Amino acid sequence: MIVEIGHFALALALGVAVVQSVVPLWGVARHDRALAGVGSSAAIACFLLVALSFAALVVSYVRSDFSVENVAANSHSTQPLIYKLTSVWGNHEGSMLLWVLILTLFGALVALSRRSLPVRLRAGTLAAQGMVTVAFLAFTLLTSNPFRRVFPAPADGQDLNPILQDLGLAIHPPLLYVGYVGFSITYAFAVAALIDGRIDAVWARAVRPWTLLAWVFLTLGIAMGSYWAYYELGWGGWWFWDPVENASLMPWLAGTALIHSTVVMEKRDALKVWTILLAILTFSLSLLGTFIVRSGVLTSVHSFATDPARGLFILMILVFFVGGSLALFAWRAPLLRQGGLFAPVSREGALVVNNVFIATACATVFIGTLYPLVLEMVTGAKISVGPPFFNATFIPVLVPLLLVLPLGQSMAWKRGDLLGAAQRNAAAFGLALLVALATIAMTWGGPVLAPLGIGLGIFLVLGALFDLGERIVTRASGWSAVLSRAKGLPRSAWGTALAHAGVGLSVIGIAATAWSTEGIGVLKPGERLTSGRYTVVLESIQPRKGPNFTAEVARFQIFSGSRELAPVEAGKRIYTARAMPTTEAGIRTDGLSQAYIALGEPQGDGAIAVRLYDKPLILLIWIGAIVMSLGGALSLTDRRFRLAAPRRSATAQPVAVQPAE
Amino acid sequence: MLIWIIFAVMTGAAVFSLLWPLSRSGMTAFADVADATSLYRAQLGEIERDLARRLIAPTEAEAARAEAARRLLRASGEQADPAGETESSLRRRRASSALALSCVPLLALLVYGAYGSPGQPDQPLAARLQADPSQQDFALALTRIETHLANNPSDGKGWSVIAPVYLRQGRYDEAANAFASAIRHGATSSETVAGLGEARTLAAGGVVTAAARESLVEAVRLDPSNARARFFLAIGKEQDGDVQGAIAALRTLLADAAADAPWSMTVRQRLARLEAEASGGDLAALPPAEQQVAVRAMVDGLAERLKAGGGTLPEWTRLIRSQTVLGDKSAARTALATARERLSQDAAALAALDALAVELALRETAP
Repeated sequence: MIVEIGHFALALALGVAVVQSVVPLWGVARHDRALAGVGSSAAIACFLLVALSFAALVVSYVRSDFSVENVAANSHSTQPLIYKLTSVWGNHEGSMLLWVLILTLFGALVALSRRSLPVRLRAGTLAAQGMVTVAFLAFTLLTSNPFRRVFPAPADGQDLNPILQDLGLAIHPPLLYVGYVGFSITYAFAVAALIDGRIDAVWARAVRPWTLLAWVFLTLGIAMGSYWAYYELGWGGWWFWDPVENASLMPWLAGTALIHSTVVMEKRDALKVWTILLAILTFSLSLLGTFIVRSGVLTSVHSFATDPARGLFILMILVFFVGGSLALFAWRAPLLRQGGLFAPVSREGALVVNNVFIATACATVFIGTLYPLVLEMVTGAKISVGPPFFNATFIPVLVPLLLVLPLGQSMAWKRGDLLGAAQRNAAAFGLALLVALATIAMTWGGPVLAPLGIGLGIFLVLGALFDLGERIVTRASGWSAVLSRAKGLPRSAWGTALAHAGVGLSVIGIAATAWSTEGIGVLKPGERLTSGRYTVVLESIQPRKGPNFTAEVARFQIFSGSRELAPVEAGKRIYTARAMPTTEAGIRTDGLSQAYIALGEPQGDGAIAVRLYDKPLILLIWIGAIVMSLGGALSLTDRRFRLAAPRRSATAQPVAVQPAE
Repeated sequence: MLIWIIFAVMTGAAVFSLLWPLSRSGMTAFADVADATSLYRAQLGEIERDLARRLIAPTEAEAARAEAARRLLRASGEQADPAGETESSLRRRRASSALALSCVPLLALLVYGAYGSPGQPDQPLAARLQADPSQQDFALALTRIETHLANNPSDGKGWSVIAPVYLRQGRYDEAANAFASAIRHGATSSETVAGLGEARTLAAGGVVTAAARESLVEAVRLDPSNARARFFLAIGKEQDGDVQGAIAALRTLLADAAADAPWSMTVRQRLARLEAEASGGDLAALPPAEQQVAVRAMVDGLAERLKAGGGTLPEWTRLIRSQTVLGDKSAARTALATARERLSQDAAALAALDALAVELALRETAP
C-alpha cells in the first residue's frame, strides 16, 4: 500500500504544481495578493507530496519490495543497507524523483522565506518554479515512473551497477542535484523579474543566497564526482573532458559568472540585463546537461537506461524552457531600466573582465562538447574532441583570468587604482615567481609549464591572503585592533578570499599532476614495483567474499624511499548478480600526495599485473574545491546589506583601508 | 477500499492547502514599493552602524549614504500598484478555486489511473519469505535454496533437491553441476547418479556422451532396476548404431517394470519406432536418395557425439569407415586425428587406428 500511496502522492503533486504555475502568475498580473499567496502554499504542498512519494520509494528499496519494477531492476536482497538506500537514486527513474524532490524543496524554501522576498517577486518565482516542476513531474510520471509494479514479483533483484556500489553514490548525486536544481531557482527569479518588468538591487539581494547555495553544492558535487571517478575507475585520472563532466562544468562556469555579476548588480545597480541572461543561461546549461546525459545521445555510467521517448521529452522541456525564457528575455529585457555606467578600472570593471573570460571559457567547453554530437547527428561522422582541444582552448582563456584575479580582488569599487592594485599584489607575485623559479631549478628537465602553474596557484593563494591581511592589519595598531577589524570584516570578504585561495590550491594540484608517474609490472608475492617516489612489495593475493560480490584482494607493503607507510590493499571484485567486474584501487595518502595501485589481470602462475602511480599533491585539487565551497558557504551566511562605497586611496586616508562590503 | 479512502484524504488535504490562502481576506493589493524602500532604509541604517563601529571612514559613509539616498528617492518615486477591485477579485478567487478543485483530483486520477496498481499490496521480501512455504511462489523458493547453497556449498542434500528442478527448467548445464556437487558431497543414490547422466546427455543435445554413459552405468550398478539410467543407456546403444541391442534393452526394461509405470509410455513409443526402423523400415527399403540422407544423418549424429568427448575404438572405427564410404575423406582424417588424441594412452588402439588408416588410404596425412 505504501508504494501505491507514494505513486498517488506523485500524481497529486502534478496537479498541485499545475495550480502553482498558473494561479500566482495571474495574481501578479492582476495585482491580487490572495491569488499570489496560492503560490506559497502550493509549493509547500507540492514538496510534502513529493517527499511522501520519495519516502515510499525509499521504503520499497529498504524492504526489497521486488514487486516494484524499479526496485527489482536496481537492487538486490543481499546488498548492505547503505547501498539499498543509495540504489534509490542510482538509476534513471529514482534519480528523477530525487531531482523533483530537490526542485520542490527549493520551491518550498522560497515559499517560506517570507521576510526577505517581496510578494510579487516571490509569486512570480514560484510560478516559474511551478512550471519547471510540472515539466519534470510529467516526465517522471509518464516516461520514467519509478512506481511501476511487476507481477508476479521476481524472487530477487538484478542488483545495482557495481561501479555505483560505493559511498560516492550516497554523496555525489544529491550534491550535484542540489547544485543543478538550485540554479532553477535563479532561473525562476529571472523569469519572474522579466514578467514583472522590474529588476533592481532588491532582486539581486534576493537571488544572491540561492545562487551561492547552488554554486556551493555544485562545486562540491563536481569535486566529489571527480574524486569518485579517480578512485573507482581504476586508472588514476580525475577529469576526462567527458561530455557528461562537461555537462556539469558548463553550469558551474556560468554560475560562477552569475555569482560575480550579481555582486555588481547588488552593489552598483549595474549589469542587470546581463545578470538576468546569465541566470537563464545557467539553468539552460543544467537542462542541456540533463538532456545530454539522459537522452541516450551518449553512453556512460550516468546514462542509465536509454529510451528515445525520454530523449524527445527532455528535448521538448529544453526547447520550452530555454526558448521560452530567451524569447521572454528578448521581449522584456529592453524594457528593463538600465543601471549606471562605470569606470573600466574598478572592482566592477574587474568583475566584468571575470564574466567575459568565464563566459568565453564556458563557450569553448560548449563547442567542444556539442560539436561532435551535432556533427555525428548531421553527417554521421564520429570525431573525438578530447583533452588536446580543451587544453588548447580552455586553459589559455582561464590562465589570464586567474592572473588578473588578485588585482581585481584588491581593487576598490567605483574608482579603482590599477597601479595601486599592482603594488599591493607585487609581494605576492614576487614570492610566487620565486617559488616557480625554484621549482624549475629543482625539476630541471621535467615538464616546462608545471612550475609556472605552481607559481600561478601560489600567486592566487598569497594574493587572497595578502588582500585579507591588508584589510585587517593596519599600521601602528596592536593585536586587539587587528582582531576587532577581523571580526568586523564582513563574512563575504572572508568568503571571497577563501574561495579565491581555493582556486589557487586547485591550480597547484592540477599543475602538479604533470609530475605524476606510472609504473607497470607483473608481480608475484614478494616482488616489488617502483614508480616515482613509491615502491610497493606484493605481500599476498587472497580471495575474499563480500555480501554480494567475490573479490581477489592483493595486499601491498608500501615504501616512500626507505620510510614504510601503512600497508594498502587493492582488489578486483566480481558482483555475482550482474557478473560484472570492478577494480578497487588501493590508495595510500601520504601528506597531500597519493600512491595509487590498480590491479590488472592475473597472469595464471600466481602473478598479477599491477599498475602503480605516484600522484604528487593530487589531493590539493579536491581540497581546493572544498575550500572554494567553504568560501561560498561563508559568504552565504553574510546577510548584510551591500552598497558600494568608493575606497579612497591609502595615502589620503591612512586610517581607512577598509571597504564597506 | 482502504486505499481509496486514503487517496481521498490526501486529495482533500492537497486541495485544501490551495484553497486556504484564497479564503483569507485582507490586503488585496501589493505594497511592493515598501519592499524596495525598506531595503534602502535598512542600508542607510547599516551605514550608520558601520560608521559607529569604525568599519568605514566618514568620507566613505558619506558617499554610501548619498548613493543609498539616491536609490531610496528613486524607489519611493515609483507609484504604488493600484488595488484590485473587490468584484473582479472575487471572480478571480472563484476561478482559481475551481481550477484547484478540478485540476488536482482530475490530473491525479488520470495519471495514477494509467500507471497505478491500487489493488496490489506491498510485497516486501521479508514478508514473502516468512509466508507459508506452500503459499510461496516457486521462483522465490528456488532463490532461497540457491542462497542457502551459496552459503553452504557442501550440503549434498540441498544440491540433490535443486538439481532435478534445474533439469525440468531446461537448465541442463546447471543441473549437471548441481548433480555433480550432490554426488561430491555424499548424496550418491542411484537416482542422483542417473540424474547426472541424464543432465549430461541433455546438455550435450541429447547425445549420450562417454561421461554420461559412465554415470548411467554407475547408476545401474548401484540399482540394477533404475529405469531412467537403463532407458538412456538404451538410447546410447541406438546412437551407436546398435539398434538391435537398444530394442532388447528397452524390452527388458518394460518387462521388469510395473505396467503402470509413468514412464512406460515413453519407452513403448521409442521401442515401437526402433522396431519399425529395424524391420520393414530398414534403410535398404528407402529410395536411394532418402537412404543417402538417412545414412548421412546417422553418421553426423555419431560424429557429433564423439566430438563432444570420449569414444571407444569400435565407435571411432565405425565413424571413420562410414565417413570414408560416404566420400568425405577430410572429415574422416579429422576424426582419425581426434581418435588418436583421445586414445593416445592405448597402444593397441593406436595400432588398430594405424591399420585402419592404411586400409582406407588415409595414411598420407597421418603423422
